[in-house]
Amino acid sequence: MWQVTERDLTHIATGAGILGTGGGGNPYIGQLRARQAILKWGPVTVLSPEELSDDARVVCVGGIGAPTVGIEKIRDLQSYHALRAIEEYTGETATALISNEIGGSNSVEPLIPAAIAGLPVVDADGMGRAFPEFQMKTFFVYGVPCCPMAVADEKGNSIIVRETITPYWAERLARAATIQMGCVACYAVAPMSAEQVRRTAIPNSLTLARDLGKAVERARTEGDDPLQAILATCPGKILFSGKVVDIDRRTTSGFARGTVSIDGLDSFSGQRMHIDFQNENLIARVDGEVACIVPDLICAAATDTGEPVTTELMRYGLRVTILGFPAPALWTTPEGLAVAGPRAFGYDTEYTPLIV
Amino acid sequence: MFLGVDVGGTNTDAVLMDGKQLVAAVKTPTSEDVTSGIVHAASELLRHGMDSSRVDAVMVGTTHFTNALLERKGITPTAVIRLALPATQLLPPLVDWPNALRDAVGGFTCMVAGGNEFDGREIAAIDREGVKKAARDAKAQGARAMAVSGVFSPVDPSHENEAAALIREEAPEMRVCLSHQNGRMGLLERENAAALNACLGDVAATTIQGIDNALKSMGIRAPLFMSQNDGTLMDTAFASRFPVLTVSSGPTNSMRGAAYLSGVTDGIVVDIGGTSTDVGALVKGFPRESALAVDVGGVRTNFRTPDMVSVALGGGSMVQHETRKIGPESVGYRLTDEALVFGGDTLTTTDIAVACGRARLGDWRLLAQVDRRMAQQGIADIDALVATAVDRMKLSQEDVPVVLVGGGSILLGSSLAGASLLLRPEHAGVANAIGAAIAQIGGQVERVYSLDSGNREEAIADCTAAAVEQAVAAGAAPASVEVVEVEEVPLTYVPSNATRVRVKAVGDIAPERLRRTS
Repeated sequence: MWQVTERDLTHIATGAGILGTGGGGNPYIGQLRARQAILKWGPVTVLSPEELSDDARVVCVGGIGAPTVGIEKIRDLQSYHALRAIEEYTGETATALISNEIGGSNSVEPLIPAAIAGLPVVDADGMGRAFPEFQMKTFFVYGVPCCPMAVADEKGNSIIVRETITPYWAERLARAATIQMGCVACYAVAPMSAEQVRRTAIPNSLTLARDLGKAVERARTEGDDPLQAILATCPGKILFSGKVVDIDRRTTSGFARGTVSIDGLDSFSGQRMHIDFQNENLIARVDGEVACIVPDLICAAATDTGEPVTTELMRYGLRVTILGFPAPALWTTPEGLAVAGPRAFGYDTEYTPLIV
Repeated sequence: MFLGVDVGGTNTDAVLMDGKQLVAAVKTPTSEDVTSGIVHAASELLRHGMDSSRVDAVMVGTTHFTNALLERKGITPTAVIRLALPATQLLPPLVDWPNALRDAVGGFTCMVAGGNEFDGREIAAIDREGVKKAARDAKAQGARAMAVSGVFSPVDPSHENEAAALIREEAPEMRVCLSHQNGRMGLLERENAAALNACLGDVAATTIQGIDNALKSMGIRAPLFMSQNDGTLMDTAFASRFPVLTVSSGPTNSMRGAAYLSGVTDGIVVDIGGTSTDVGALVKGFPRESALAVDVGGVRTNFRTPDMVSVALGGGSMVQHETRKIGPESVGYRLTDEALVFGGDTLTTTDIAVACGRARLGDWRLLAQVDRRMAQQGIADIDALVATAVDRMKLSQEDVPVVLVGGGSILLGSSLAGASLLLRPEHAGVANAIGAAIAQIGGQVERVYSLDSGNREEAIADCTAAAVEQAVAAGAAPASVEVVEVEEVPLTYVPSNATRVRVKAVGDIAPERLRRTS
């Protein structure tokens, strides 16, 4: 158990940027919103899944919409409204909240309704990284129903998606409503039990994000290598290090897709890496050989500072180091891979686990 | 003839240009009040034989206005009103400002119903009574300026415009700054820029008036123009409304001057000073602009500034004997006392360059203790540092022309990895003042359009008309205005083909603005 204070938010933002694997959106506004909420309503308690009482009712909340709209129509208290809507519809009262996605700005979304409602958040999430779509959560892979769920805007409108035949349909219907709501909505899923959280959530992820951010900050102030500090906090390996020599972007059906090419430097001299991304980094190949593939995590960091580099900020000449982290075990089962493995993103490639 | 002045942190440089010809150039120390430094520089030029009655226009580049933010002097009490409710309440205006600066502007903020969605729908109808009440309250609390922001005002500015009219009804003397007029996407950053423009109004007006009066008292009766971040000029009335547009005019003028002096329009400019090296890219003679947030006096904004990388390498950078580590410490302006080659006892990059025979200054015999092999390796390190910075600014692997300016450029030889040409133009020491003197008048507008109905051409025409209008408003001759840049970027995850369009237009100073009076 620990308390999220204003100071932790900067660390969480850096860590969530690393776990965002190139996507996850701009963390600045999310961090500022969480800070305002904590200053206004007080700090938020973090409980590990084991610390939940057995009769806990845990609501997953998250943002849905377009990051490019979110920098203009800044998200307000939508996740709180969605929480109240799902409580009213199900007749249940939430006793804790949980993040849907630790990568990027969604990592801190539950802190806002938690601060207002005086609820704890669970030190866990539904991805252990970032993914582009609603249905890509371990909760739903392992049988937690994604409906009913509430979607709310900032104006006081909310809807209930009562039942869908698959989680993918929930994504489609929620997104259609989100567009009418002005592209900056939040959702809340009907409460999970403590048993469901312990069985289906990626544990320890908020603490991991905070510790990654702390390690990077400490390394920078003490003049140590921030990349080694990251690897000492979260087991993984350096896949490649070099200079970005090309970036090919295409925006298709709402996703930022593309390929980054990196020429090796130092011990990787003479080699070239290509990373395919679709909002997040999906496959990293060195001279044609797969070095790391989704759902394992492929993270780009500035070689000198350890600062995470999102796919939006990739450009020619940047010195980057590519880190690979093994995906949480919940993603590497046949059920997990069916939702978030290479084939789910349209690659006709088997998943080969990253060996650290 | 044009008189160009650039007020830097250390030096105030001034040049007199007759068409493309540099007639005279001077370098003088910058004064605390800016104006007397400009007067000093101009009087030096008069001493060099400048005929004040033949000066057609004076162009001044200064980043002085933003010093007021750091010193919190002369800040106009300013209120900020946002048209947004029920959206965005959690982050009120000025939320991410340093406390001291928020206090200095007065900290009066207010949010009322209004604003738009990404596709132009209203979030809510504008709360006219709320705007009027805010104007009355702001006035009662002593505010003399108001910044107005509206959600998605770059898509539809009508709520901001209406708010301005309502504020003027309630408080006619209130200075009003609208966010869509300096507008890029990003509510907080755009609102911050509008608030900075509002609160720097008095400082800008006073400074500009002071410069104008001083020039007139010297017999220079030509009109005054100010340099903008994007390498164009604005007249004094426009500059008083948008003082924030001057914050990075210094590096911009330096790069524009380098382009002009070298004839290179597309390439890289490397400016090596005493302590650091700034590297930027030229595209069609203008600095390439950065998309990242810019910090102005601790306030986050997002207007465009030159995309640059800085490395801690200068002519005065200290070098460690054993490790050959260069910088970041520098002897700076004490180079001629402290460097080995000038009889001092600090090993600097300049000593390395002299030891290798690359530069000739000071007394090379004082370098007997410097190991030749170490110096050779040191010079290779220096080349690699600059080459890496140049590489980071390039957009592809091809070699590009590189223009060298600044006193520290003696560190480099006749070639550089990645450079197709290495140019050291004459008069590079006053490139910044030349950049001010050669500039045209500019206008730049960014808006968001929904392109679903196939109205792409209309959208670009609308944005172009607004940019041209802005250039003319800033002092350009309408017939000379041309569009130099059109950028279209679709917004991801957003339906209906919402697309951000940005147009930049430039033109010559309108002849009637150049009226010479003797």
